[in-house]
Amino acid sequence: MRRLLATTTVMASIATLAACGGGGSDSASGGQVQLSLVAYSTPQAAYEKIIQAFQATPEGKNVTFTKSFGASGDQSRAVEAGLKADIVAFSLEPDMTRLVKKGLVAEDWSTGENKGMITDSVVVIATRKGNPKNLKTWDDLTKPGVEVITPNPFTSGGARWNVMAGYGAKSNKGADKQAGVDYLNALFANVPVQDDSARKSLQTFTSGKGDAILAYENEAIFAQQNNQQLDYTVPDSTILIENPVAVTKNSAHPNEAKAFLKFLYTTEAQKIFADNGYRPVVKGVQGVSFPAPPALFTIADLGGWPKVTTEFFDPKGSVMADVERKLGVSIEK
Amino acid sequence: MSTQTVVSRAALGQKRGTALGLGAAVLYLSLIVLIPLAAVVLRSQERGIAYFWDAVTTPDAWAALSLTIGASAVVAVINLVMGTVIAWVLVRDRFPGKAVVDTLIDLPFALPTIVAGLVLLALYGPKSPLGLDLAYSRAGVVLALLFVTLPFVVRTVQPVLLELDRDMEQAAASLGASTAQIFRRVILPNLVPAMLSGTALAFSRSMAEIGSVVLISGNLPFKTQVASVQIFGQIETDNPVGAAAVSTVLLVVALVTLVLLDLLQRWGSRRG
Repeated sequence: MRRLLATTTVMASIATLAACGGGGSDSASGGQVQLSLVAYSTPQAAYEKIIQAFQATPEGKNVTFTKSFGASGDQSRAVEAGLKADIVAFSLEPDMTRLVKKGLVAEDWSTGENKGMITDSVVVIATRKGNPKNLKTWDDLTKPGVEVITPNPFTSGGARWNVMAGYGAKSNKGADKQAGVDYLNALFANVPVQDDSARKSLQTFTSGKGDAILAYENEAIFAQQNNQQLDYTVPDSTILIENPVAVTKNSAHPNEAKAFLKFLYTTEAQKIFADNGYRPVVKGVQGVSFPAPPALFTIADLGGWPKVTTEFFDPKGSVMADVERKLGVSIEK
Repeated sequence: MSTQTVVSRAALGQKRGTALGLGAAVLYLSLIVLIPLAAVVLRSQERGIAYFWDAVTTPDAWAALSLTIGASAVVAVINLVMGTVIAWVLVRDRFPGKAVVDTLIDLPFALPTIVAGLVLLALYGPKSPLGLDLAYSRAGVVLALLFVTLPFVVRTVQPVLLELDRDMEQAAASLGASTAQIFRRVILPNLVPAMLSGTALAFSRSMAEIGSVVLISGNLPFKTQVASVQIFGQIETDNPVGAAAVSTVLLVVALVTLVLLDLLQRWGSRRG
């Protein structure tokens, strides 16, 4: 008798579930879709909030999201290898270019008004609270006895922004290449640790190693918002970090994905990015202000990512390969 | 039903079971281990042997490989000695808290290795409460590897030591052998195979380690960059073939180590 009762209960719940499921698929014909967002890790908090805001709009009413956050290069390679994605967001352009080459992102992804970039930031010099060694300029970082933390540019895609910031600042935007290369040699002689990612660099710095850390402005703001003991300076000459975003070509719901992409450029979404430390890419975002470095430059000023990648980050024969080799030789002596 | 038929039927069942078990084991091993490993080796040869050679002999790859193999060798030797001592203490000595220590030995196996890295960094890093800063040096790499591979020798020597016939030792003692003689002539020969296989496991595991070393090594090319992190770098710079090449070298070294030690053991057991 008891077994019969149990069976009946189970049957009943299955029936109820099935009915609910049926109800769900009914409303699906009314536009219930699921989008997959694959992004790099730092803007996670911003995207969580933006998605909520999007779902409050008529276009986003029936859209749900699966979200994946991780290291930019890893995420890009995962999508290249077949991870389903409707919207992809990376920390630097080469991770997007990889998907363009594979035919997963349209060739013209960067032709719009904002050139495919959704947020900006700059490379800053972060120091211990109160800046005890008074490190404010690029030259301060190469003084004897100063320890600078930055990840290894061969294992960390993001670390390449740091390298290009220092290089661009000291080479006068690439005009005096030798001065820039000399600077990188001097800088990396003061780098005692080259962690494999920016996140681990921050871990190294907060665990007590180093006097300064090259970081992104948004990360420094995020760290301060989370009560980490650090100060930061925006150098007069530094690089504008631009983070790309795109809808994939094989998206199952291109209309909804494009609507979401469009939403990312609204002042509402850009304000959320700004609150999380990113510089907005559209004008008219109220209540946020970021210092404007007088000699700001972009990766395009230095020749663009394809050129820079070969010239600076090829493991076999490039500026950084030489810097590391000299460093290794001098340490081995 | 006679007892006879029951026995033979059981034996038959066992035989059929063995064939099935063998098949399942081989299939599983192939799918999980052999085929993926073969794929890595194949991948490394994708652009030919010359490219392979180039990839593993670039100065940074070479430095990373020699550091990894060197540090693993040091770790293996330390483990050989200390692992045996710990196993000895756990089996032969009585002290309060022995059960706790015995459980602790397995902890490095149970922890995610990145946790090991964090713990070691807290204790032996720049903010070391012991005033012992080993982080971002080769000593730090060795330390992390020691932590991760500690259980191997202990756990292979321990059961052998437990089953060792104490009568032999007593007999040797009654014939006038000194403690040192007993250890060298009676105990050690029985332990050596277990010690060696534990050491070989520790060595190959060290070469593979990434989680615990990635924080404490500091990833300085030519200085503290280990092979696993170098492989990660190759992937990050979009060179999967180079990554596969370095992986293949590690694979071959590990395989050769295990085979050599197996041969050594067979030779030892034949002689003994």
